[in-house]
Amino acid sequence: MSAGLYARLEQEAPIPLAAELHCAPGELAALVGPSGSGKTTILRCIAGLHRPRAGEVRCNGALWYDGSIDLPPQERRVGLVFQSYALFPHLSALGNVMLAAGHVPPGQREAKGRALLELVNLAGLEGRRPAQLSGGQQQRVALARALARDPEALLLDEPFAAVDRVTRRKLQRELALLRERVRIPIVLVTHDLDEARVLADSMTILHHGKTLQRGVPGEILARPCSAEVARLLDLGNLFEAVILEQRPESNRTLLEWSGTTLEARHAPGFSPGERVSWVVAPEYVILHRRDRPSQGERENPVQGIVEECVSMGETTSVAIRVGDQPWLTMNIATHHARRNQLAAGQTATVTLLAEGIHIMQKDGAQRGRAARA
Amino acid sequence: MDWSAFGLSLELAAWTALLLVPIGAWIARELAWRPMAGKAWLEALVALPLVLPPTVLGYYLLSAFGGGSWLGQAYQSIAGRPLAFSFNGLLLASMVFNLPFAVQPMQRAFEAIPQEVREAAWVSGLSRWSAFRRVELPLAWPGIVSSLVLTVAHTVGEFGVVLMMGGNIPGETRTISIAIYDRVQAFDESAAAAMSAMLLAFSLLAIGIVYALSDRRRRA
Repeated sequence: MSAGLYARLEQEAPIPLAAELHCAPGELAALVGPSGSGKTTILRCIAGLHRPRAGEVRCNGALWYDGSIDLPPQERRVGLVFQSYALFPHLSALGNVMLAAGHVPPGQREAKGRALLELVNLAGLEGRRPAQLSGGQQQRVALARALARDPEALLLDEPFAAVDRVTRRKLQRELALLRERVRIPIVLVTHDLDEARVLADSMTILHHGKTLQRGVPGEILARPCSAEVARLLDLGNLFEAVILEQRPESNRTLLEWSGTTLEARHAPGFSPGERVSWVVAPEYVILHRRDRPSQGERENPVQGIVEECVSMGETTSVAIRVGDQPWLTMNIATHHARRNQLAAGQTATVTLLAEGIHIMQKDGAQRGRAARA
Repeated sequence: MDWSAFGLSLELAAWTALLLVPIGAWIARELAWRPMAGKAWLEALVALPLVLPPTVLGYYLLSAFGGGSWLGQAYQSIAGRPLAFSFNGLLLASMVFNLPFAVQPMQRAFEAIPQEVREAAWVSGLSRWSAFRRVELPLAWPGIVSSLVLTVAHTVGEFGVVLMMGGNIPGETRTISIAIYDRVQAFDESAAAAMSAMLLAFSLLAIGIVYALSDRRRRA
């Protein structure tokens, strides 16, 4: 664990923390969680702006914090982009960047500042004060300033939250390109899952300061470790069921749900009779055609009443009530919905593809089994 | 026109500002940023000279500086002369009664600097001192100039405390405001009028500078 950034942070107040984070050189790790989950506090602990009660912060083998040692921010080589950017309002863009290049001989600071402003596509705007720059341009100055220190780790606190959608896309693309040029650990705090999915190599889900799950974004989205994570990720189609039987030989786990038996992809570690949560992504819910029964309809057929049918352009979101369960939603092509004359109040049959059913521990169940994806 | 009194007033004002502004800046910064218990009471203490009658303030300062107090005795043993009724005593008193004029504008100025901007300076590798010099000071500058000007103007214009503290010793404690009072008492209307007009112009100029600066800050 010598290369890259490692942080383990614990405290009870003012925000409880029990978080762990590892970010290798060149890796972009996203910290995701709702507001108040301690994301910013974690960055502040790494930067030396906040002292946790206990834990450890290391970067490239150097100890920055361990309870007794606590290096001040000046001695930790981090670049931090604040959510508010926190530019120095009395200095030009170039002045902002140069001020952070104090470790460079005075004669070379201006050249370094200009080079960094060019790197973030701000050439020509060196002389502007922050107040004369747009939000996106300010963000770029903040990024250039963070890089001016030749940091060993780059920390970005919701860097795209304050800009419009078009600028955000542009800046996200620039960050992705920048990563190729600076091979240092980058930690990105965001509450935007799509942003994390698009940009990050790894994702850490935080809630109330606790690390709930770490892993590759796609993996976490497909296989959240608990109902809590699924809910934080805003995954729909989250239900409870009881384990009936484990069939590892056929890679299946059988569930009892709403009076029917469902086959799911094998989920080891759960015993028959145990109450669990499960999710199925909308793309694994297949509507049966009325006119022409097709293959695969024997797989977990479920009948329900259409509660809602909302067309949004080319896709239609269909919500079905099965028994007294929460709504089961799926997205189908609008023309497909028309052809099946789908409307609220009708009976519909769907197949839940076993491959897409992910079983996890229920809310309040003992943690620890699936803490890592 | 009592030029020596005017000169003494300016000398007193310059020394007060020179000594008080750095101390005031430190107090202002602490009040602005350091979380502390009983902050409201500390602020009240700093503001006290604004509301206390100059006679009350003068009375307490006089007792504190007199030969019977430890401060008066210590000064007497070092300087060989009493603190009360001396220029240095007046200077010390002036620093006390100018405290709110020096501290409050700077406190507002420091409070206006976002915490994150200071943290950004530290994270950018600037030491606390560099961050103060390169970031905090330039940002708080209009407030510091306000403090300076207000302290100077207020010192030049102070009457009650000076009268209580220094008496009326020419070249030592007779300031311009005392000289005006003195001239009026002596029915020297023209001298009183000239000095009053000068003090008026001076005060207007000083306050004008303060407002011009805060105007510029608002527009920046």
